[in-house]
Amino acid sequence: MKRTGAEIILDSLVAHGVHTVFGYPGGACLPLYDALYHYQDRINHILVRHEQGAAFAADGYARASGDVGVCIATSGPGVTNLVTGIAGAHMDSVPVVALTGQVPRNLLGTDGFQETDATGVMLPVTKHNWLVMNAEELPRVMEEAFHIANTGRKGPVQVDVPKDVYLEEVEFDSVPPLSIRGYNPEEGLQPDPTLVREAAEVIHGSEKPIILAGHGIHYSGAYEELLAFAEKANIPVITTLHGVSSFPESHDLSFGMVGMHGNIYANWAVDRADLLISLGMRFDDRVTGRLEDFATEARIIHVDIDPAEIGKNVNTDVGIVADLKPTIRALIDEIGQLDHSPWVKQICQWREDHPSLAIRETEIVLPQWVIRQIYHITNGEAVVVTDVGQAQMWAAQHFWYDRRNTFFSSGGLGAMGYAFPASIGVKYARPNEQVWCIIGDGGFQMTLQDLAVVKEHNVDVKIAIINNNHLGMIRQWQTLFYDSRFMSAKLENPDFVKLAEAYGLTGMRATTKSDVVKVLKEAEKIPGPVVMDLVVDEVEKVYPMVPAGSSLAETIEGDEVQEARYA
Amino acid sequence: MRHVLIADVEDQPGVLNRIASLFRRRAYNIESLAVGHSHRPGISRMTIVVAEDHKEAIQVAKQLDKLIEVISVTDVTEQRHVSREMALAKIAAPEMKRTEILQLANVYRAQVVDVSPGSIILEVTGDEDKIDSFVEIIRPYGILELSRTGEVAMVRGRAMPAPTLMAEDGPAA
Repeated sequence: MKRTGAEIILDSLVAHGVHTVFGYPGGACLPLYDALYHYQDRINHILVRHEQGAAFAADGYARASGDVGVCIATSGPGVTNLVTGIAGAHMDSVPVVALTGQVPRNLLGTDGFQETDATGVMLPVTKHNWLVMNAEELPRVMEEAFHIANTGRKGPVQVDVPKDVYLEEVEFDSVPPLSIRGYNPEEGLQPDPTLVREAAEVIHGSEKPIILAGHGIHYSGAYEELLAFAEKANIPVITTLHGVSSFPESHDLSFGMVGMHGNIYANWAVDRADLLISLGMRFDDRVTGRLEDFATEARIIHVDIDPAEIGKNVNTDVGIVADLKPTIRALIDEIGQLDHSPWVKQICQWREDHPSLAIRETEIVLPQWVIRQIYHITNGEAVVVTDVGQAQMWAAQHFWYDRRNTFFSSGGLGAMGYAFPASIGVKYARPNEQVWCIIGDGGFQMTLQDLAVVKEHNVDVKIAIINNNHLGMIRQWQTLFYDSRFMSAKLENPDFVKLAEAYGLTGMRATTKSDVVKVLKEAEKIPGPVVMDLVVDEVEKVYPMVPAGSSLAETIEGDEVQEARYA
Repeated sequence: MRHVLIADVEDQPGVLNRIASLFRRRAYNIESLAVGHSHRPGISRMTIVVAEDHKEAIQVAKQLDKLIEVISVTDVTEQRHVSREMALAKIAAPEMKRTEILQLANVYRAQVVDVSPGSIILEVTGDEDKIDSFVEIIRPYGILELSRTGEVAMVRGRAMPAPTLMAEDGPAA
């Protein structure tokens, strides 16, 4: 059967169950869009208003659905605009296929109009990428692209296709069987039984163990296993930022998040533990604080699907390269019913004495309090997508996540502007759930042009701008570490309500606590997107905090100035 | 310490770029890299010498192995292996010095590959130490040009380089 390159690509999307893609057309990928015209019944193309939004939306879609997210951009500026989103997906191991157009083959290397070395630019921020020089290669490349993106340690891939290759007609009957001799992720799924036994022995010998749950729990879908393991071994569970919503936070063994803005009792617990059972996390510097002083008394069991993560940042006592699900199952079988109640009690005592998540009674609107209201008003059922900075940390801290995989954030890359487009992707993946985008006034202005997208498609995303009229985290750092020399921290903001209205959307502002409650309740009832300008105190800092270069033991609980302000 | 890695990679455009990019990005110290066809069609063999301690060398190998087009990576430093490097040296050789130079060349089993008025090109093969020593010996005569290949390595005996790194995933030293 004769098929064009573009048709082969779209057939492949359909075959892989892709029904929503996010993209932006341009000269070099017009043939792909022309083919899409005939696939509209099978593939829903969402026209974003900037390619970065396409990458973020595909990322959000992938995280929320467990499937591969797909984004499309043209050559040159199209692909360079994708880079931030793809780099974020790479840092956070999110399966995304980026389809990018390229100048025709005869112009390659001639500095043609809108030519960029697209595979060169994307190389360090993708798991793999291809420049496809013949349409005959496309069936194989597309198959490999989906396979590589969504197996092993997941990640984004890019398929760069010259304009004339989209148009090239070739004989195509069936997709060739996968055969990539340098890539065998299925070999690394089952844990080595000897290592599991070793790990179990180490666990039995521990009095103060901690489970550190990371992003891998979500990717492996090892929620039941984590819960059963924690309960059988009676071990406190502490999560990384990406581990949030992998373990029910109302559980007696849950102690929230660790790291730079982790709970003080969680940080102390990790600092004083004699064993860390690290599941699908990678000891990022935001987690460990000063590495030399990280968990100095602890032995470390590290389970990860990526062999290169074992021993990369910390030395491990037992390193297991495997999928978490079978590994935790094997661990459960290997260990007996354990009791660590004195240790659990100790951490509970710390929590009682140092309640990191207590919110001060104030008249003024505190951002933490706003997050807590969102939690209450949505009965904790919202799916939360956060941006980067203060609002991100408050959303991680003060919304309590009991439901699985309901917290999405740009973690590794920390890309401002992520939350809003990502929340569009999340909503497409989970149309029946409430999606709340919690974002700062700074981050929102990085990608707000997609307001046109939520209007056009009535994408029901609740946009809660935690508006302190500042780049809050910048202000916080300048306050703490630069003697309050505020440089480019204050934002002269537009009227977000009018802005929403200009896009034909509902906008609401709240400046008092009673207004906040009213606005949130109203927004929750409106069946469609809403922009909420929630004006909060501009001075409030995120605590607890581990200053950069300090250890978890040196976590700062708060500051007296802040405490005294509304006392 | 020096570590010698052997990597079998797909013989495709861009592979070298990916590997170079990895080394640059993660700031690994690379001493030499030699690449050429292997005995298997479609597969190139690279010998990469890195100046890293044991822990870092394991990281280098693991990160290399993650590249899709890298089929296998082995650190042969601790295995019995032979390694060779080749050098071409163009030496200033006025007629009166030529015999002397040729005698030295003989000691190093170096081949004469070109003789021109006033200069001579020698080809010498051996491990890094031998080449270093050869270069030092001929330096006083005046090296006009020097070109070295970088090291290629092979494990002794019938053993092939272990196909994966899983065996080394235990506790980091």
